[in-house]
Amino acid sequence: MTAVATVTRERAPWAKSAARLLRRPTARLGAGIVAIFLLLTVAAPLLAPYSPFDQDFAAALEAPSAAHPFGTDQYGRDVLSRVIYGSRIALLSIVIADGFGLVVGSLLGLVAGFYGKWVDSAVMRVVDVLLAFPYLLLALIIVAALGPGLLNSMIAIGVVYTPQYARLIRGQVLSVKTTEFVLAAQAIGASRRRVMLRHILPNSFTPVMVMATLSAGTVVVETAGLSFLGMGSQPPSPDWGAILSEGQSYFLTSWWIATFPGLAIFAVVIGFNLLGDALRDHFDPRRRKE
Amino acid sequence: MSGAGHGMAARNLVEVRDLTVEFATEDGVVRAVDGVSFHIERGETLVVVGESGSGKSVTSLALMRLVESPPGRIASGEILLRGRDGAVRDLARLDNHEMRQLRGNDIAMIFQEPMTSLNPIYTIGDQIIEAIRLHQGKSGRAAFALGVDMLELLGIPEPRQRMRSYPHQMSGGMRQRAMIAMALSCHPALLIADEPTTALDVTIQAQIIELIKRLQSELGMAVIFITHNLGVAAEIADRIMVMYAGRVVEAGPARAIFHQPRMPYTIGLLNSVPRLGIDRAAQHELTAIPGNVPSPHHLPPGCAFHPRCAFFERGRCDSEIPRLEECAPGHAVRCLRWRAVAQSRGHEEGR
Repeated sequence: MTAVATVTRERAPWAKSAARLLRRPTARLGAGIVAIFLLLTVAAPLLAPYSPFDQDFAAALEAPSAAHPFGTDQYGRDVLSRVIYGSRIALLSIVIADGFGLVVGSLLGLVAGFYGKWVDSAVMRVVDVLLAFPYLLLALIIVAALGPGLLNSMIAIGVVYTPQYARLIRGQVLSVKTTEFVLAAQAIGASRRRVMLRHILPNSFTPVMVMATLSAGTVVVETAGLSFLGMGSQPPSPDWGAILSEGQSYFLTSWWIATFPGLAIFAVVIGFNLLGDALRDHFDPRRRKE
Repeated sequence: MSGAGHGMAARNLVEVRDLTVEFATEDGVVRAVDGVSFHIERGETLVVVGESGSGKSVTSLALMRLVESPPGRIASGEILLRGRDGAVRDLARLDNHEMRQLRGNDIAMIFQEPMTSLNPIYTIGDQIIEAIRLHQGKSGRAAFALGVDMLELLGIPEPRQRMRSYPHQMSGGMRQRAMIAMALSCHPALLIADEPTTALDVTIQAQIIELIKRLQSELGMAVIFITHNLGVAAEIADRIMVMYAGRVVEAGPARAIFHQPRMPYTIGLLNSVPRLGIDRAAQHELTAIPGNVPSPHHLPPGCAFHPRCAFFERGRCDSEIPRLEECAPGHAVRCLRWRAVAQSRGHEEGR
């Protein structure tokens, strides 16, 4: 055997992979927006010029100016500061709602796909029922049952997303289950649970990452939507949906109150969608241009 | 299960008796393996030969109890294995937990596709260490060291670095070596190799076969080698078992199978392989076996091979199911007309 045995020290696989992902301009744009968004959430107290809650009736409904770049609302609160702090609620909704859907949905899909038979039928019928509802209606039903509030609205959105994750990962599990390395893992004496969690789950996860990124944007819209309808976060919380809702009554005279949180939602959705699309192309071997 | 009642010959490591494996399909139950019996002695190599769909892979998966269930199930028969501790167990009746203790430890298996039989997201080392830690209460460090030793034993250069390589960073031959290292890390008494060289190119094939032969003598393990390649069988076999449509049709010492085949199917297989380096006079024309492997849903009546058989006798071969008979010591054949076959070949073999 004359195999070349020199193992060259290269960049770590993840670094190479990230570099290739960011080669596309749209991917860079998406990643940039998401990065700014994350920076806002972390550095909100440093970046916001005012407190998001401080009222100043002398300065109510002021148009954008040097002192208040995004203007002020009917209580004289600085809209810029509220939008910046609102990013924290948006991030929280991603973590809780998208996270809930991802964890619960993946577990359900994994168990259904792996055990098959009646477990599969039972889980997937429940999933089908959930999918049959229009998503906002389902979310409203769940919030109505749990009671309005920020956390409950996020859980409701999470439940709405669960069936999509369950379906996605079940399909993956079904195909990974038949691969030879799964058989090989069983052949060295690995238990069923070990095969499922250590060998099948990680190999089924790639499309879930793409979906989690893509739905991060829509989750923000939907939690904002519930807040807009008054089912989510309650005043004076600087939730983007809530600010939009309050601002709409002043929209003809003070357009800035509703416009800036709307733009923030728009930017976050665009950012996550671009990043999600880039990830999808990145992980799709057919679309990979080497 | 105690070994007393099984009456297994002392030199045998494995005895399979009357094994039947069935699959439930939409068109009814299919017998992929039908009443197969064989044995393996310690340290010997049994080569199982047959076309796709002959039941050879299912037989080996049944030995590991890895037949996907449902749709498959071991319908009847015994799979006796003499364990490390000397006790004889019937694998067909072992519970899942006990079976897991044996897999990888007493019996190990390697597969056809080295590209897909290693998990792409873990390093070679992770996977060998997993095999070691599942059966031996070793620390991570000790398991790593053992893994390095295994890779070294398999002739992999720079084993330490290779432990940290991912499967996609290695060539097919290297991956198959890594797979073998993983399978052998607990020194099993039996290795089942399911077409381990089929996906490799010829030079690498030869290396892997040499390697398996060497490891076999060094580690003293028995090997069940599944192949459809008679050239490979000739390289490695002590005994050969030929399967057709889920049944054993001929079994015996490798020499006997190659020089005095008695089943027309075996003869057909041998005549369809080119031979190099023997005298010109003995050269024969390459002939293909006419027809195809029968569908397991519609097996022909009588001998399953009769529609393709050159020795077909109307009214007999298509009605009577042949038994496996001994035609020479240790050499069994399932053919109603094996005596006629032997006679017609007499002049050829007599030379």
